[in-house]
Amino acid sequence: MAAPVIEVQSLKKYFTTPYGMLHAVDDVTLKIEKGKTLGVVGESGCGKSTLGRTIIHLLDRTDGKIFLHGEDISDIKGRELKKAREKMQIIFQDPYSSIDPRKTVEQTVREPLRVSGRYKKSEMEEVTSELMNLVGIDNRLRLSYPHELDGGRRQRVGIARALALNPDFVVCDEPVSALDVSIQAQVLNLLKRLQQQRGLAYMFVTHNLSVVRHISDDICVMYLGQVVELCPSKELFRNPLHPYTKALLSAIPSVDIHNPNVPEILEGELTSPVNPKPGCRFAARCKYATEACQQPQVQREITPGHFIRCCRVEELN
Amino acid sequence: MSETKNTPFLEVKDLRVEYFTKEQVVHAVNGVSFTLEKGTTLGLVGETGAGKTSICKSILRILPDVGARIPSGEIRLEGQDLLKISEKEMRAVRGQKIAMIFQDPMTALNPVQRVGDQIAEVVSLHMKGTKEDFKKRAEEMLEMVNIPKQRYVEYPHQFSGGMKQRVVIAIALACNPELLLADEPTTALDVTIQAQVLKLIGELRDRLGTSMILVTHDMGIVATYCDTVAVTYAGSIVEYGTKEQIFDHPTHPYTIGLFGAIPNMNVDEEWLHAIEGLPPDPSHLPTGCAFHPRCPYATEDCAKEGFVKPVTTPDGHTCVCCHIDEVLKGEK
Repeated sequence: MAAPVIEVQSLKKYFTTPYGMLHAVDDVTLKIEKGKTLGVVGESGCGKSTLGRTIIHLLDRTDGKIFLHGEDISDIKGRELKKAREKMQIIFQDPYSSIDPRKTVEQTVREPLRVSGRYKKSEMEEVTSELMNLVGIDNRLRLSYPHELDGGRRQRVGIARALALNPDFVVCDEPVSALDVSIQAQVLNLLKRLQQQRGLAYMFVTHNLSVVRHISDDICVMYLGQVVELCPSKELFRNPLHPYTKALLSAIPSVDIHNPNVPEILEGELTSPVNPKPGCRFAARCKYATEACQQPQVQREITPGHFIRCCRVEELN
Repeated sequence: MSETKNTPFLEVKDLRVEYFTKEQVVHAVNGVSFTLEKGTTLGLVGETGAGKTSICKSILRILPDVGARIPSGEIRLEGQDLLKISEKEMRAVRGQKIAMIFQDPMTALNPVQRVGDQIAEVVSLHMKGTKEDFKKRAEEMLEMVNIPKQRYVEYPHQFSGGMKQRVVIAIALACNPELLLADEPTTALDVTIQAQVLKLIGELRDRLGTSMILVTHDMGIVATYCDTVAVTYAGSIVEYGTKEQIFDHPTHPYTIGLFGAIPNMNVDEEWLHAIEGLPPDPSHLPTGCAFHPRCPYATEDCAKEGFVKPVTTPDGHTCVCCHIDEVLKGEK
């Protein structure tokens, strides 16, 4: 079997703050196969964006290993990094601020082609218009500036730019959060179609659980920098095991008026990720917390493919 | 009590709102009518630019003085037209009878004033009493939204997003308003915090008997917290009925499209049913039915001015569409 497109082992990313070490990503292990989507969900501040950015080397990691196609890329620099980056791209959340307002659509899409140095000038024209075609931007908008486009089209420009160099792995960092539902559905369908055509591996970072359920093969739930539950998407929604996942899923208001969700209200709010206590990060809000939860928690495989970071999961389920 | 029997608690009739610049006029709200009974909650659903916030701001009369106008319409609160009374009378209504919870708690609060004082300020404007009374009332309100009163002296930046939104709710409810306008109260919050805040709003609403207009784009929130629903598109209400009518028998092609575009939590589907095209530019609205360029049922007639009229569906709710027979057969 071919090596997974991306594999991450015990990845850590800490930030230094005046108050101590902020554990943004703490001991995350996961992998993504070709053509598959890993959804990363969690509340704001849980480190999901930092995780994506650290994997593609937009941020330097603190510790741990990153593999691209089975090759260790944790410490690569310079020319090697540039080459690896062509294979790893990102689509940002806010299409209003992630695109240069002073460049035309065409210039934005062409920039990665130019930087790579792989294409002749004459070829670039053709590839650019192919890319725009691929993501559904009308050719007449070639010379438009971002402020002339609506949010959905701007996000399409961001997608075209990310796919310009034929990457294998794309981090989608909340790509549809800034869009209205009718436009959101268009962009989600586009991302899915592109994945099928090109065999892309996606890491889909979002806080929207219905979107993540729709698009992901596997889902990892993060809480304060740690993965608390990681399993196939269907399994997660059918049989959530971690207390945090259960509360998170029950908090989504159901569209079915005859069968409403009864939200399990979590007391309190996210605790600080600065100098966290060694025990379970969720213990402060968890109604099942006991003394055992004050000990460091390890990620365990409960059933094949279903990973949990909770010491009481067997008793509770 | 006898007067509320005949006149609805809140009645909005043919409301229009325009924003204008030298070059163009933006038709934000185009003839919106609805009623709200005492103690009930109306969900106002729609996408960005559908005029939801403009409707709320007109009810409170806090549209900008320059650049906005209400060319026609009536907003009757217990029979009294709010658009006809003086600014001085309106000031007595605001905060006391009608209060609003804004979308973004980060910008709705004054960053350089203690949160407790911000609540006390509202109380002092509408109630008689001493400084101590106002402070006491503010402390009560903080406790009501589950914030310890010791935090009275803190500033907004010391609070998390969910707590800030609870302070905004405390300010809105400080004078026991009869009508609460909640403009996307949880859009800026995480789901678990959203559940906390919505539960709190719901409990307070039930306890105080407040009527509410809940603006949102989240159909799940509407399903859980509203009694009646108005679906807005390009400044008009396209479908209006009870929650059961809208969710069980959506009839307008736009409402159906909206439901199709949301990933369903209970059904696995490969592709989402996206609504083709884009919401219209409110400064150049399409003629006739504003949804016709995106509508799978549209015919030439739909583009004619005045052709598309509200009709009553078989289950008795209102739908502004001339093709409901085809829609109900589910042809497309």
